[in-house]
Amino acid sequence: MLRGLAKLAAKVLIVVLLGGFLGATLVRLAPGYGVDEEELDPRLNQQSIAALRQAQAPEGNLIVSYFHYLDRLLHGDLGVSRTLQRPVVELVRERLPETMKSIGLGLALGWTLGLGLAIATVMSRAWYLDLFAGLLAGLLLCLPAAVLALLFVLAQAPARLVLGLIVFPKVFRYSRNLLARSSALPHVLMARAKGLGNLRVLLWHILPTATPQLLALAGVSVSVAFTAAIPVEALCDLPGIGQLAWKAALGRDVALLINLTMIVTLVTLLANSASDLMGSKLRRAEA
Amino acid sequence: MKWARTLAIAFLVTVSATCLLANFIAPSSYAHQFRDVPDAAPSRQHPLGTDDLGRDRFSRVLYGTRVSLLLAPAAALLTSVLAAFVGGVAGFLGGWVERCVMAATDLFLSLPWLFLLITVRALLPLNVSPVTSVVITFALLGCLGWAGAARVVCADARALSQSDFVLLARASGSAAMRLLWHHLVPNLKPVLYAQFWISVPVFIIAEANLGILGLGVAEPLPSWGSLLRELESFSTISGQPWQFVPLILLVVVVSSFHLVLTHEELPV
Repeated sequence: MLRGLAKLAAKVLIVVLLGGFLGATLVRLAPGYGVDEEELDPRLNQQSIAALRQAQAPEGNLIVSYFHYLDRLLHGDLGVSRTLQRPVVELVRERLPETMKSIGLGLALGWTLGLGLAIATVMSRAWYLDLFAGLLAGLLLCLPAAVLALLFVLAQAPARLVLGLIVFPKVFRYSRNLLARSSALPHVLMARAKGLGNLRVLLWHILPTATPQLLALAGVSVSVAFTAAIPVEALCDLPGIGQLAWKAALGRDVALLINLTMIVTLVTLLANSASDLMGSKLRRAEA
Repeated sequence: MKWARTLAIAFLVTVSATCLLANFIAPSSYAHQFRDVPDAAPSRQHPLGTDDLGRDRFSRVLYGTRVSLLLAPAAALLTSVLAAFVGGVAGFLGGWVERCVMAATDLFLSLPWLFLLITVRALLPLNVSPVTSVVITFALLGCLGWAGAARVVCADARALSQSDFVLLARASGSAAMRLLWHHLVPNLKPVLYAQFWISVPVFIIAEANLGILGLGVAEPLPSWGSLLRELESFSTISGQPWQFVPLILLVVVVSSFHLVLTHEELPV
């Protein structure tokens, strides 16, 4: 367990360091880096423009600027948003709870619907239920998240539910296949033949076999939900991280975008690693 | 489900052929504005009406479908080639190369791709032409989608490189390049084929998402994303149901791509 935690910490550290370096590189290479819009003011003379450029000048080479960036990062300073003229930390602190709320609700809905229908389909073995759930999941899989968000806006339905409908088809398809495969295992067939009830077969024989893979899916679904949060929040006017990223992209606020990408990466990485850890622990316990 | 697969392939072929012949079928250019008839209802001259700028919607749907249907497979091909190269070499060489490549794919898979995509998109110059923007958008999709496919290819390549026929070829003195090219790559084709067909609808949907957010293909060039953006102005009071035609077409095309792969060819 401790070894797993150490591995996880090392992985997160490497991602932060690499992500930070990639981020600093992108910021340095972004068009307009080291240039201030004030330079376009026709009233400024050459000396004033030179002074402005001096103030905006890059902090040494890429490596030096990376260490400066890392130093600021370690002190909790993510810089200032160019478009919104506010510290990034402040913006994130304001908007992250909104996104977490949407994602939490979306994941809860998506998993309840997806896993619930998958269990119902596999346990009942009713072709009409399988067909209905398969068609519903297939249809939702074909709809871009942004279109679903627009349809929800048009229907004046609660926008947070969109994330649930985006997570649902992925959860349903994967868990249905997984549970179907588990339910065809010899020991499950034997349990059924001995007359065990559906609930007992599910809880004691099918779910334990499928749980490690379902946990891995849980980690992936966090990433899916975060990705879908951008169009959903942007189009449904939910003031979260996704909307902030969209505004930053339209305003070409690269520094803000990179910080947001790093934060989201960190959250998804932690979710994936936690599900991996739990999955491997379960596998060891089973062995 | 063989009939559904045949139907899906026939539909995709028909739509692709129609779009390729857009120059002959479309009543006008996708950018031509009929300024006296903006927001027009369907008529003989404009089968799907016109948009708010007076452009013929049917022509835009045809050209937009052509953009998405030509470039999404191109991006999927790029992804498959990258995945084949990275995953194939990692699986074949094994050891520290495989560990490094897998760590890189892990990191890549942790990155939320839409965040990364809009970051890279925001870095591009503002004055790119519509054609360049569409090529860049799909090239980015192709470059960012390799990690998942590379993992699958790597696992397959590893299994193949430990199989009897490869061991036999190795024992007979086959060079590494020959082993890779003549024994591994032909056997990796089915998994690459599956990854290709899985990636196409994913990229079509990704472009649609970007387009609706205004971060995809630049105007006036149409794509499914920019066509779906029209739904933003849809009002249930002055409803124009024909605005939903691009959406219906997108759903049917993406479903058809999903049906192309048989159940056995799909990964879990």
